[in-house]
Amino acid sequence: MTPIVIAGSGLAGLAVAREFRRLDAATPVVVVTADDGVSYSKPMLSNALAAGRTAAQLASADAVQVAAQLGIELRPWTRIAAIDRDARLLRLATGTLAYGRLVLALGADPRRPVLAGDGADAVLTVNDLAGYAVFRAALAGARRVAILGAGLIGCEFANDLAATGLGVDVVDIAPHPLGRLLPPRAAAALRQALDATGVAWHLGRTPRAVHRRADGHRLIVELDHGPAIETDLVLSAIGLAPRIALAAAAGLATGRGIRTDRLLRSSDPAIFALGDCAEVEGLSLPFVMPLMTCARALARTLAGTPTPVAYPAMPVVVKTPALPVVVSPPPAAAQGAWQEDDTADGIAARFVGADDTLHGFALVGAAAVARKAALAREVPAWL
Amino acid sequence: MKIWTCIVCGFVYDEAKGLPEDGIAPGTRWADIPADWACPDCGVAKADFEMQETPAA
Repeated sequence: MTPIVIAGSGLAGLAVAREFRRLDAATPVVVVTADDGVSYSKPMLSNALAAGRTAAQLASADAVQVAAQLGIELRPWTRIAAIDRDARLLRLATGTLAYGRLVLALGADPRRPVLAGDGADAVLTVNDLAGYAVFRAALAGARRVAILGAGLIGCEFANDLAATGLGVDVVDIAPHPLGRLLPPRAAAALRQALDATGVAWHLGRTPRAVHRRADGHRLIVELDHGPAIETDLVLSAIGLAPRIALAAAAGLATGRGIRTDRLLRSSDPAIFALGDCAEVEGLSLPFVMPLMTCARALARTLAGTPTPVAYPAMPVVVKTPALPVVVSPPPAAAQGAWQEDDTADGIAARFVGADDTLHGFALVGAAAVARKAALAREVPAWL
Repeated sequence: MKIWTCIVCGFVYDEAKGLPEDGIAPGTRWADIPADWACPDCGVAKADFEMQETPAA
């Protein structure tokens, strides 16, 4: 039997394999992955330093164990050069692999900042377990870290690094941390809480260059205005770019991500996509809950019961222990305004439409966060 | 009473506290939570992602 081939062994790829196996024990499943195939939780990478966890401790199973647990074939260190849609096969560096149906769970690449200077090549990103291992090793002896980007990952790393006792500088063009997710007062509360942990903000600024100091030991981050930052390490966390090149080269429809319908079918009905590489009915949601929702629906579809994915409102938990944050962003098309109310230890913000519909919310602080489930039930489904 | 931690997102389930918001009463043991329950923070299934048993504080 021609196998179901899953490209990618991150949370999305392995979740599909696991959910499919619960429904179908017979159809062969082959997972191909460019890395070592070790199973780990990507969301934990921005939360593991203060807990003292090494990359090895974050690995829950190696490729051999994953394959045995799931009853699949897992091929590590395997890059896909091209998809031959007419022949229904993948072109690999060594040979080809035929598929009956293909699932693209390729993930996303970190966006790279455009920087001048002889230290630009020293800027690190943490997008996978190997990147975490490199970053953790580079931290040895460091006293200060500069983070480019005050979004979700940048804020999580800022909190985690500050909690280890390091000095942290955060740079972002936006005027507030989590500027795309939080209304102003909620963002200010998060900023104050991280201030108290020793985070120094450089907001409304753009990094221009990274220079190596003459002694070779430290780095200087030059900004478009304001004082330069002297630091030991620079971590970039300015966002993700869905991996669409392989799909686009095969002629599949792509936008921000690989475009799919609610059955998670791409423009080729034998090829599906989910997770950070996918754009499902226009929604590109690089978070765990949407991909788990997709994995369950896709497993049923692949097992013979076509199952459109349904998205309830899925609040995003931002792991900033200094001040917990949960955000259910209003859909792009939603009309309304933020209403921010004080709580005992933070802000509860609601994005309300003219007809009193709750389109989204942002909860900052433990008292507000406790209202997550109740508020999420009020928000209309996303899809 | 025990505490369980989601290995994907770090969500903590404390048997003593339960999850009243989620319809799980305080004192509900891990073993008594339905198999189709999913992590309220990240959606990972109870059956498919192990929770780590940690001693109660």
